[in-house]
Amino acid sequence: MNKNKLMNKIFYKMSDTNLLLVITVVIFLLLYIGAIIFQGGGFTKPQMFFTILNSNAALIITSIGMSIVMISGGIDISVGGVVALVSMCCAVYLDFHGGSIFGSILIALGIGLAFGLIQGFLVAYLDIQPFIVSLAGMFFARGMTTIVNTAPFNVENEAFNKLKLTRINVPGMGSYNRKGIYIPAYVEIGVVVALIIVVVLFLVLRYTKLGRSFYAVGGNKQSALMLGVNVKRTKFLSHVICSLLAGIGGYVYFLHVGSGAASHAAGMEMNAIASSIIGGTMLTGGVGNVIGSFFGVLSLSTIQNIVAGAGLDDAWWTGITIAAMLCIFLLIQSVVMWQKKKALNS
Amino acid sequence: MNRQLLKKITGNQLFIPLLALILLALINLIADPSFFKVTLGTNNAGNPVLSGSPITILDYGSELAILAIGMTLVTAASGGQDISVGATIAIAGSVMLRVLCGTNTRPDTIQAPIIVAFLVACLVGMLCGAFNGALVSIFKIQPMIATLIMFTAGRSIAAWINNNELPIVPDPKFQYFGGFIPGIPIPTTVFIVILCVIVMSLVLKFTNLGLYTQAVGINEKSSRLNGINPTFIKFITFVILGLCVAVAALIKVSRIATINYSVIAKDIEMDAILAVALGGNSLSGGKFNMWASILGAYVIQFLTTTLYKFNVQSDALAAYKAVVVIILVVFSAPKVREYIGQFTKKLSSGKAVKGEAK
Repeated sequence: MNKNKLMNKIFYKMSDTNLLLVITVVIFLLLYIGAIIFQGGGFTKPQMFFTILNSNAALIITSIGMSIVMISGGIDISVGGVVALVSMCCAVYLDFHGGSIFGSILIALGIGLAFGLIQGFLVAYLDIQPFIVSLAGMFFARGMTTIVNTAPFNVENEAFNKLKLTRINVPGMGSYNRKGIYIPAYVEIGVVVALIIVVVLFLVLRYTKLGRSFYAVGGNKQSALMLGVNVKRTKFLSHVICSLLAGIGGYVYFLHVGSGAASHAAGMEMNAIASSIIGGTMLTGGVGNVIGSFFGVLSLSTIQNIVAGAGLDDAWWTGITIAAMLCIFLLIQSVVMWQKKKALNS
Repeated sequence: MNRQLLKKITGNQLFIPLLALILLALINLIADPSFFKVTLGTNNAGNPVLSGSPITILDYGSELAILAIGMTLVTAASGGQDISVGATIAIAGSVMLRVLCGTNTRPDTIQAPIIVAFLVACLVGMLCGAFNGALVSIFKIQPMIATLIMFTAGRSIAAWINNNELPIVPDPKFQYFGGFIPGIPIPTTVFIVILCVIVMSLVLKFTNLGLYTQAVGINEKSSRLNGINPTFIKFITFVILGLCVAVAALIKVSRIATINYSVIAKDIEMDAILAVALGGNSLSGGKFNMWASILGAYVIQFLTTTLYKFNVQSDALAAYKAVVVIILVVFSAPKVREYIGQFTKKLSSGKAVKGEAK
């Protein structure tokens, strides 16, 4: 009874953001430990975890951008298109024009920034619905990708391939293969970039004025305005940051796959939205956490790996399981918020 | 007086989509007057059919127009959009094929009457709508997020229903719905759209659905205080959208007599939402105009057909579409209209001052 009371106290004292974050992290841990116990196989090796990170570094970066936009009450569905456009432009620049690595990074950042500035301006200063603006952005990015180059191709630039194959060993982690040779676990450069971005944006959202104003604007525009927050500028910046992160994510994605194709990152925007939601961000705005989105991506991809590992190799199972998981998370969020509201009112 | 009339015209919700339509028509007329030529020919089966770009627009815009009807209601009631319509079309179409072909993917005759298959598909479409509607109305999840579930799972479920096989309907009668009925040169889809519109306008005229939908969209709390049940209204709009989806699925599947789970009705949800927005309906709910949305759907199809005429690649189509969308949306944004209004006022007042000086 006493313990129950304590739990209740913690439950109601926690802010919405932290509560949803705790739920997310717990569910991820349960999933992963469950996979280790019941499925074994690849999951017992530490490399599995890092492989998940390697293949999802780009998704982590874009999800964080998505979370920031969602926290400030908007939405951006153009990120998948931007990722595809960035990888295609960089690929064309590196291969057909003999470009340098530095130049290609500038291209990636430039594309992201351009999308952010235009979309942010239309949303914040002209009051057009973010969904429609970013829908047009998605159409434009996808269309431009085909216009830049139609056929998919692999990049054969030497400096780039060297960078692509760079592996950073994780100290103290690794496993022995069948012959008893020790193979250290490794991560790619993209993961390092993703982790730096997670930490930096976590700090920005938690401790800076700008970060707090994202929450204020998303929670209640009117009261944010009363408090002296520049609502328009905050909205504008949220879109700029999101698209810029999509640009960086695009480069990381490009670094991982090493090719340009119009079909790249198909449906990535929906995956990013799904990860943000699983990570406890609410589309109504004002609630969310970057760390949560990070775990959202990990949960999503763990599920995918479990499905693939369980021998359910029919492609449709992935879609159905992710949808089921999304459904459960949404219902949990809905019920938790409802309970909390009821407790606060009584 | 004159200015008032002008304001009345530009203030009308049908103004933007009509203007877009007229502009597109003018561009086509200047570029290639033969765009509007309609010829009477015969198709492979020897039946008289009308062909030409205007017919193509009417024909291929019909799925979008039907979806726009349902999407307008959903948007008005819940202030959000259903992004799962494309995936639900795949489910409804898959169910239809399953009923028509049974377990055999290459049957010699259809296993059930077409009407039964269609009714089952309607039921499934409405069930999917009810699922989305329940999440939105009862569990209070934002529509876009709630329908994201169906969006992710839909195509997988569709493939699962038919065991990932692609049945082919042997009966040529099934293709009438997306093609031509022998002896009638006008595409059947046009009649289906007209039927849907008539039914919907009758429903809106003889029930309180339209009024209640707007009331819920404008202010949910006060509509509840006035004795309307917002939960039910939101739920029912999603079910109606499910029905529209089933009709659109019939047309889509009938066109090719088979299905491709990953491609069928791809990105149609975006076009449907766009149609609603182009019609000048607020995407955050409230007042709506069904006719404007339907017109918006045909504007999109007109644009697509025009771009194809200009030899734009189908993959690159989206980029041009985006530019047009942005231009339309920017000019119909209330803020921009305000600026333009102030600007013209300044101009005319400047003239008036000059006139006085004279």
